[in-house]
Amino acid sequence: MTDDRPLSRRDLLRLGLTAGAASLAGACGWQGGPLMPLLRGASRLNDAVGEKVLLGSHRLAPQYPVSARTPERYFPAYSITRPVPQLQEPESWALEVGGLVRKPMRLTLEMLQALPRVSYTVKHHCVEGWSAIATWTGAPVSSVAALVEPTAAAGYLRFDTFDRGYSNGWDLKSAMHPQTILAYAFNDRLLTADHGAPLRLYSPVKLGYKLTKYLTKVSFTSERPGGYWEDQGYPWLGGV
Amino acid sequence: MTEEPIEQGAPEPAEATPEPVSAEPAAEPVAAEVVEPEPIAAPEPPPPAAVPARRPLAKRHHWIVRTTHWLNTLLLAGMIMSGLQIYRAFPHFGLRGGPYYANHWDGKPFPRWATLGGWLAGGLNWHFALAWPFVLTGLLYLGYLLVSGEWRSLLFRPRDVPRAMQMQLYYLRLRKEHPPQGKHNALQKAAYSFIVVLGALSVLTGFAIYKPVQLHWLTAAFGGYELARYWHFWAVWIFVAFIIVHVALVFLVDPASLRAMITGWYRGRFPSHD
Repeated sequence: MTDDRPLSRRDLLRLGLTAGAASLAGACGWQGGPLMPLLRGASRLNDAVGEKVLLGSHRLAPQYPVSARTPERYFPAYSITRPVPQLQEPESWALEVGGLVRKPMRLTLEMLQALPRVSYTVKHHCVEGWSAIATWTGAPVSSVAALVEPTAAAGYLRFDTFDRGYSNGWDLKSAMHPQTILAYAFNDRLLTADHGAPLRLYSPVKLGYKLTKYLTKVSFTSERPGGYWEDQGYPWLGGV
Repeated sequence: MTEEPIEQGAPEPAEATPEPVSAEPAAEPVAAEVVEPEPIAAPEPPPPAAVPARRPLAKRHHWIVRTTHWLNTLLLAGMIMSGLQIYRAFPHFGLRGGPYYANHWDGKPFPRWATLGGWLAGGLNWHFALAWPFVLTGLLYLGYLLVSGEWRSLLFRPRDVPRAMQMQLYYLRLRKEHPPQGKHNALQKAAYSFIVVLGALSVLTGFAIYKPVQLHWLTAAFGGYELARYWHFWAVWIFVAFIIVHVALVFLVDPASLRAMITGWYRGRFPSHD
């Protein structure tokens, strides 16, 4: 450490080249290799901070005037299945709500539309970085929970779909947020197939990939459910 | 380039003949903060020609400063590269449908060699994992500056404005002599104060786009989600410009400072303390 020879310019050049080459070789789109468990651990820590510290149970997302809506042709719509998943017999569709609940139920679209109606014009945040504004209308998940009465053991919700295995897991706190709804309308009209008809989950407190479309089933669980993107490495909480 | 030492107030006469290694003192005190200081006020008598004296080796950087500096180098590289990976997913700024904000890289994803994470989820996981150590490293550094009083030789203050202008004139070769300085010259103080502000702005704009609903007051302070994301991206290019100039000046002006940032010990042309 106290070798007194000053670094020569050649030494410095060599050091710079080595460090530069090493960082380039180490990068190149590297996912993490042996450090992956560490990254997953950090992601879980961020989920915990996001849910327990940053998420306000009653903090509402800012709302926008209808005039601020993004033109619909610019509002992207993603699905796993192509072409867009559609029900063969839409009239026989109903949402199954079960799991750790006292009163499992099947809710038709009419029943859901008879529940308290929440409508808001909010900003949608996609994990990719884009944002867009639209109006969503539906029944709060908390109203559905009040009907089925989850048990004390229920700490999570799992949402299943008819979009080839796409599913999502949610924390109870985000699901019970007053702006988390089972949405049946987009910009004042019933959902179209590309936006998840007949029913999708919507909430301005989560990223788009948590807002499950083409719903078939909601289950209250005690174990943290995985999800289509989350199992591949996306942050589980996806809160904004 | 001449290597005359530059001291605050009392410039010493140039004495710059490098001496052979064998003339070194056998052992340097390692624990002492400063190696037996020679009185700065009194100019040294000119050394006998046969045994030219050497500037004393001085402790310039505390281990906390050195550790946080190099940790920050790695973390900042990781943050920038994973950020460029994230940018690939939507290389525009502004609400969907546009118009998009002015951006030289609009629609142009960065090459893979400049990215970290491999795909969007990988980039996000790196970015969100490195963000905490990045913040903690910054706080540790600032905490050290506050507690040690070292901030005094780094903080750019109004009185540094004319000194910075003199320093700029010198670099532009419009002034012959190097202006007197302490541990850092006024331009360095400006740069090292500014970069702390830039780091803080990067972290704040980062939180603003990480939790735009939960922290919407913060997001609103930057003009909303889309603008906050835009500023977050701009911070990258200011960091990159800073790094290029910073590294270039180390080699062009004061190569001895590289060793000082690695081992803490300095034998260069500038004072080690104010």
